[in-house]
Amino acid sequence: MTKVLEVRNLSKVYGPSCMECYESTGPEFSTNICPACGSIVAAHNISFDLCKGEILGIMGESGSGKSTAVKTLFFDQEPTHGSARFYDSNQQYDLFSLNPAQKRNLRNHRFGMVYQNPGLGLNFNVSAGGNIAERLLMNDLRHYQQIRDRACELLSRTEVAIARVDEQPGNFSGGMQQRVQIAKALAINPPLLFLDEVTTGLDLSVQAAILDLILEIQQEFETAMIVVTHDLGVIRLLAGRTLVMKNGRVVEAGLTDQVIEDPQHAYTQQLVASAL
Amino acid sequence: MKETVLKIENFSKSFEMHDQSKLIPSSSNVNLSVVAGKLTALVGPTGAGKSTVLKSIYRTYLPSSGRLLYTTRTSNTIDLALADDHQILGLRENEIGFVTQFLRALPRQSSENIVAAPLIRKGVDKSLAIEAARKMLQNLDLPERLWQLSPATFSGGEKQRVNLARGFVCEPRLLLLDEPTASLDEETAERVITQINALKNRGTAILAIFHSPQLIKRLGDITVELRSPVDPDTLVQRRH
Repeated sequence: MTKVLEVRNLSKVYGPSCMECYESTGPEFSTNICPACGSIVAAHNISFDLCKGEILGIMGESGSGKSTAVKTLFFDQEPTHGSARFYDSNQQYDLFSLNPAQKRNLRNHRFGMVYQNPGLGLNFNVSAGGNIAERLLMNDLRHYQQIRDRACELLSRTEVAIARVDEQPGNFSGGMQQRVQIAKALAINPPLLFLDEVTTGLDLSVQAAILDLILEIQQEFETAMIVVTHDLGVIRLLAGRTLVMKNGRVVEAGLTDQVIEDPQHAYTQQLVASAL
Repeated sequence: MKETVLKIENFSKSFEMHDQSKLIPSSSNVNLSVVAGKLTALVGPTGAGKSTVLKSIYRTYLPSSGRLLYTTRTSNTIDLALADDHQILGLRENEIGFVTQFLRALPRQSSENIVAAPLIRKGVDKSLAIEAARKMLQNLDLPERLWQLSPATFSGGEKQRVNLARGFVCEPRLLLLDEPTASLDEETAERVITQINALKNRGTAILAIFHSPQLIKRLGDITVELRSPVDPDTLVQRRH
């Protein structure tokens, strides 16, 4: 298996941070707020590998740090500690020591991100097609017709009516916005895709369509993905391996069927037992 | 020629339930071998931990103790209890198949796609994989009008045929079967037996749970009997 991403001891603390931050937060203390300095330990000591074509699930309750972990990898936030190595075809990148231009370059050319809130991933002032064109232009596709054809191809792939390519995403339903966001993320066939609660808040039939689409993309392009969700059903459907987070720590990591059928940590057992 | 594919030594599995602070034993002190081209039958009363052994080999359960020594096609020996997750995923894709008691498959997929999926994942061309899937569904006598449908609305026996076809089609090196004929009529069960024999002839090592003594007699080359593990709590009670 070809490794795409290697994350080691990733930590993120919001606030001044002190000597006690790590020792007095976590699941044993049921908090991620440091009692000494009030800093929030959003994520601590996160380590994992991700291989080509693999979907890794990160599951946990709100505030467990699952989105933070992904946001540092997509350079939306700076980590406090840790390292992340991205293995591209014949190059390696030490993600957290890159300069801003290099980071932008990876974000634009090699990574894709789909946020829970389409407002973060889409520009609502330009059309759906324009959103996709923006990403294609960054990748040196300059010919107008080519860009338009590719945008239409992506939108039909994600089942957005092509007739609406020139409309602004603000006119669309939540599910459609999410599909435009996915089309935009996929525009450049990124080898690494981050999906942060992409189906949360959508109705069930739209959820199903988006999850099926994600699986098709994985099979077709062998895209490596990190799927952040609090939904056990999404994890069961998509992820081969899963990390379970609580209070900023990974409490359990394993094959998804093992995590669900033979959970080891008290919190995972509770989580699985609470599933509808 | 008859090489051992899997050797289990002193395997035990218990579940730790944190909310009740309890340790529940499921399988204890299991020893067995599975040999290429042979079928090892696991027998024993309900609750003896037969399914637990299969699930632990497939690593749906994490073994508590003991060794599960698996020899790969390339003659490497791996302790499945200690192998990392990526190694297990690789083995599941290329070497170890598992037909569980109930079909679990991606929703909204046609039956033939479900059966072909493991072949496609292995890199077999899609049209060839579908062709092989159809052939296997035919062998197991699933009516052709059902091939394009999702098994969601199928009867128990029809679902089980899809489940078995998916397990058989990629001819794994080690095949785990959990009561494969439980929900099938006699005629279909005969077809399943034919397929199991065909796999054995081609060298697949099989570890299977059967309840019918007849089936064990017909298919089993080695029989391993499991006993219910003793609950430590009841041990204490008996002493008093």
